Amino acid sequence: MPKSSEKIHISIGMASCSKAAGADAVLEAINAELKKNGIDAVIKEVGCIGLCHAEPIIDIVKPGCPQIYYGNLTPETAAELVKDYLLNDNPRPDLALGSVGSETVEGISPFYELPVLKSQVRIILRNCGHINPERIEDYIAADGYQALKKVLSGMTQQQVIDEIKDSGLRGRGGAGFSTGMKWQFCLDAISEPKYLVCNADEGDPGAFMDRSIMEGDPHSVIEGMTIAAYAIGAGEGYIYIRAEYPLAVKRVLLAIKEAEEKGFLGEDIAASGFSFKLHVKEGAGAFVCGEETALMASIEGKRGMPRPRPPFPAQSGLWGKPTNINNVKSMASVPAIISKGAEWYAGIGSDKVKGTAVFALAGKIKNSGLVEVPMGISLRDIIFNIGGGVPNGKQFKAVQTGGPSGGCLPESLLDLPVDYDSLTKAGSIMGSGGMVVMDEGTCMVDIARYFLAFTQSESCGKCTPCRLGTKQMLGILENICGGKGKMEDIDLLLELSQSIKKGSLCGLGQTAPNPVLTTLRYFPEEYKEHIKQHRCRAGVCKELLTYSVISEKCPGCGLCVKACPVNAITLTGKKKPVIIDETKCTRCGACYNACRLGAIEVK
Amino acid sequence: MEVDFKEKTAGILSQFKRDRSSLIPILQQVQQEFGYLPEEAMQQIADFLRISGSTVYSISTFYTQFKLAPSGKKVIRVCRGTACHVRGAAEILRKLEEQLSIKADETTADLEYTLETVACIGACALAPVITINDEVYAKMTPDKIERILKKPDSHS
Repeated sequence: MPKSSEKIHISIGMASCSKAAGADAVLEAINAELKKNGIDAVIKEVGCIGLCHAEPIIDIVKPGCPQIYYGNLTPETAAELVKDYLLNDNPRPDLALGSVGSETVEGISPFYELPVLKSQVRIILRNCGHINPERIEDYIAADGYQALKKVLSGMTQQQVIDEIKDSGLRGRGGAGFSTGMKWQFCLDAISEPKYLVCNADEGDPGAFMDRSIMEGDPHSVIEGMTIAAYAIGAGEGYIYIRAEYPLAVKRVLLAIKEAEEKGFLGEDIAASGFSFKLHVKEGAGAFVCGEETALMASIEGKRGMPRPRPPFPAQSGLWGKPTNINNVKSMASVPAIISKGAEWYAGIGSDKVKGTAVFALAGKIKNSGLVEVPMGISLRDIIFNIGGGVPNGKQFKAVQTGGPSGGCLPESLLDLPVDYDSLTKAGSIMGSGGMVVMDEGTCMVDIARYFLAFTQSESCGKCTPCRLGTKQMLGILENICGGKGKMEDIDLLLELSQSIKKGSLCGLGQTAPNPVLTTLRYFPEEYKEHIKQHRCRAGVCKELLTYSVISEKCPGCGLCVKACPVNAITLTGKKKPVIIDETKCTRCGACYNACRLGAIEVK
Repeated sequence: MEVDFKEKTAGILSQFKRDRSSLIPILQQVQQEFGYLPEEAMQQIADFLRISGSTVYSISTFYTQFKLAPSGKKVIRVCRGTACHVRGAAEILRKLEEQLSIKADETTADLEYTLETVACIGACALAPVITINDEVYAKMTPDKIERILKKPDSHS
């Protein structure tokens, strides 16, 4: 929101990806330029607004002017911007992403009308990129902790649970079980004490929403957890965060400290008599710990291995006591539902599934980043309208949802509404929200092999079908990618898939074959080509490839020459096609990816 | 050297409750201190928590975060997440292995570099990425690897 104060306000995104994109250097350049020119401005470090493709992003509010977002800044352009806009009143439309406010600026389009933002509905990400995650005052100013006050100043435990049930909120960790029902089971359990756990062990490769929420708005998770703890009657809670997320750990720890100081956590919260102590547990790098029973074993200091359910955690969880586990996104949704009411939340989304879902859009897509959309929106809308489609003029091939437990869906299924049931029916899953887009340069057999390699190495080893079956499947897929596959292998893959699904205790094994099953179902021709013709149409499986130049298409621009890591490509002169030396070529595909004219052929 | 381990480990242990659930946080702190888990320290932890040394060992080998041998000064992690994979992480890893003359999960003889792979560091929009110690390097290419690794004493 544009601020009416007299000072200039500059906000800069400082989440992990902003920093990786160079936000620190941009901030330094801005500060230096401000100082050099004697400009007085308030700098605010905020979380991730989700437009990762445009990082580093800043926004500037000049008194009396609309707020303007700028993206893809470098230290140089940022310094120019400070000088041009703040000193000389040139808003630099060439660097701007968009403006916010009733007034518009010539040459700059309205920010929230941009295709990437227009169809988004931000509930879980409501504060990400707008508030300083390291200042509780910012969260409070954005109506933070109002929901907790409302709960503690007159709602019964049952009323809170009913509100969540009525909202239709389903677990955003992927399984999609009713959050309200889960809380009810835990409230109804008779044993004491009860525990509350937030699963922030976001392990799916290609998923980073939980990280962004914890980095950008940690208090929303803490407030949601405190409400949940009140509802189920838990006095102690844990937030289990992946070790690979150091910044998230730091910000959550800081937020807990601030919340305790302000009296939103700890003893006798808001003089209601309710006390809640929250601990952070850092994971230690085991993917299987995302499974709830394995996660609890890990908190107890044991090897993170799942155990059979029932008993469910609501009956026997941490240290054998009733425990409720929810995902980060479910927790972050809770304060919004309590504040605005179940009816409001249930009005968003589709008839069957309520609310919004957050996806981490990545891979071969123009606008990679975080998107929050109403449930039931089509995959096509997400990928092509919000995501901007596949870059570099390449053809869309598949979208992978749900990480290693999910599947690859082809173009023909893009009009599928995004919700738990539709995706499961298509052989994939909603999962925690990773969405990786693949283009014609992605080999579906290689992708299946890639995911199997992942689950095989992450299998905890408890269930034999998962431990050994994934290894066998991986071996077969490696053979197919290496040109040594047989047609019988396909039946064997199907058979092994069934055994692993049926013979594994937890979600890791039960879903591990999904990437293989969906690629076999939707892209069988690629398997056949690998096996029968020793051909990889995407040009990924190296053993099967030769690279050549299509002379008519090649203008000798030299992009491939620069891209080649082994100097196997030589220029032959101006506007003449290049030559690839096959003896030097390592079949890495860098030239194919670099060529903008499709002049490199892979056979 | 051994005395040093013992004292420092004792210092870390004094901050924790004598409870099994402290085991993983203790191991994390000890590793942060030494860069890996020395055998003596593991036994000391076992004694402190009144559990067997083999239990501590079983935890240390289950979780990929824990290292049983010293790592190099610079730990390079190559992200192998899906987004990085489809954008060429394999090529980045190959280049690093070639440049450092070691394979993944190995350390150079001069203890300068350790090369590891990581499932996903969650910076998918900037794929492919690597981290060197805790710093993230975005949108890597084999060329950039060469530039980043350039240092005064050339590698053979």
